Amino acid sequence: MFSRCALLLPHNGHQQVRGMATLKTISMRLKSVKNIQKITQSMKMVSAAKYNRAERELRTARPYGAATKAFYEKVDVKGEEEKPNQLIVACSSDRGLCGAIHSNVCKHIKAELAEDSSKAAILCVGDKSRAQLSRVLAQNIIGQVGEVGRKPATFEDAAKVATFILNSGYDFGSGKIIYNRFRTVVTYDTLELPFFTASGISAAEKIGVYDSLDADVVQSYMEYSLASLMFFALKEGACSEQSSRMTSMDAASKNAGEMIDKLTLTYNRTRQAVITGELIEIISGAACV
Amino acid sequence: MFGRTAHTLARHVSRAGTRAYSDAPMAFTFASQNQVFYNGANVRQVDVPSFSGSFGILPSHVPSLAVLKPGVLTVFEDGSTAKKFFVSSGVVTINEDSSVQILAEEAAAVDELDLGSARDILNKAQSAASSATSEEAKAEALITVEVAEELVKAAESG
Repeated sequence: MFSRCALLLPHNGHQQVRGMATLKTISMRLKSVKNIQKITQSMKMVSAAKYNRAERELRTARPYGAATKAFYEKVDVKGEEEKPNQLIVACSSDRGLCGAIHSNVCKHIKAELAEDSSKAAILCVGDKSRAQLSRVLAQNIIGQVGEVGRKPATFEDAAKVATFILNSGYDFGSGKIIYNRFRTVVTYDTLELPFFTASGISAAEKIGVYDSLDADVVQSYMEYSLASLMFFALKEGACSEQSSRMTSMDAASKNAGEMIDKLTLTYNRTRQAVITGELIEIISGAACV
Repeated sequence: MFGRTAHTLARHVSRAGTRAYSDAPMAFTFASQNQVFYNGANVRQVDVPSFSGSFGILPSHVPSLAVLKPGVLTVFEDGSTAKKFFVSSGVVTINEDSSVQILAEEAAAVDELDLGSARDILNKAQSAASSATSEEAKAEALITVEVAEELVKAAESG
């Protein structure tokens, strides 16, 4: 973020204008960098607090997500083969300044649809993914869910997204949620979480061993597990986002600190030069009299 | 309720000779959106309320899927202790390897429920149901009434 500012630094020994003008510019620059550092520092504190909460909530959401995934993995559900259409849910948020969290999700989707994007629809959760994906895959986006990331995600939010998917009218054979899985404060993985349709579940090979299934049960089961998968992905995403924002704001504060040191040095040097210049003027003036 | 349980058990026994799935101890996971009650625990029996009737789950139950109905879920841990939880809605998965996953939207231990507030919720839900104008709002309110009725019942018993 600060790399661009370096261009504005005066080069030592290459000062065209000596005196007050430069001194003033440097002090203004110094002041603004100090202000930016204050902002990044407080952003770091805020996201540290939010991260703590997100991490605590994630601990309970993980077994929930694992339990939802367990069924799909054990039954080995595959998408409906005769329907190649897939629905991709990009799980990002509304807020930026958190490293490459959102761009990783978007990059993943772009890479996947680079060859053939005709059989896919994208649902953007959060403004950031829509902003990035609308440049290249605008015709694939079928909807967007806003107001994500300001408050911790709840099950109701996840249920809303799930309802949107079910009511979207897009006829898909399989789907996946692209989300960032939280690993440590400085690392996260961009992963895929598959979800299926009710007929996809009924068509699975091993579904036969399950007893007393009727279409209603499978349909409600699918709807509920879609909401819980979404809930799990939102929680993972929120936690990765806050931790990533924390680290990137920490790095930004450090960079600002370095810049402040350099600028203070230049400022003092320039000030000294101005004083020396003024002294020379006075002395040589006195010598003339 | 127990009639149903007995029915499930009977079906169980009759199939015992032919079934191919494992006899491993039950790996029981029970979680709500903001709390994990059991994670891979080995329990003796779980009674769950579902839309296809209440039923009991023992280790090596036949694999099944079910949708939770608002009501009281009872977990018999090892020994004679039975723990009761109120669940609002959710899903039950019983897998081939004897693992059981119960995911509830909201769940709480029955002894933590407050009867007074439960009645308040019921009253509010009933008035909302009677004053609802659109079909959709009415259906939503009726679901709330159903949950609240079960909640009051659970709180009274707990």
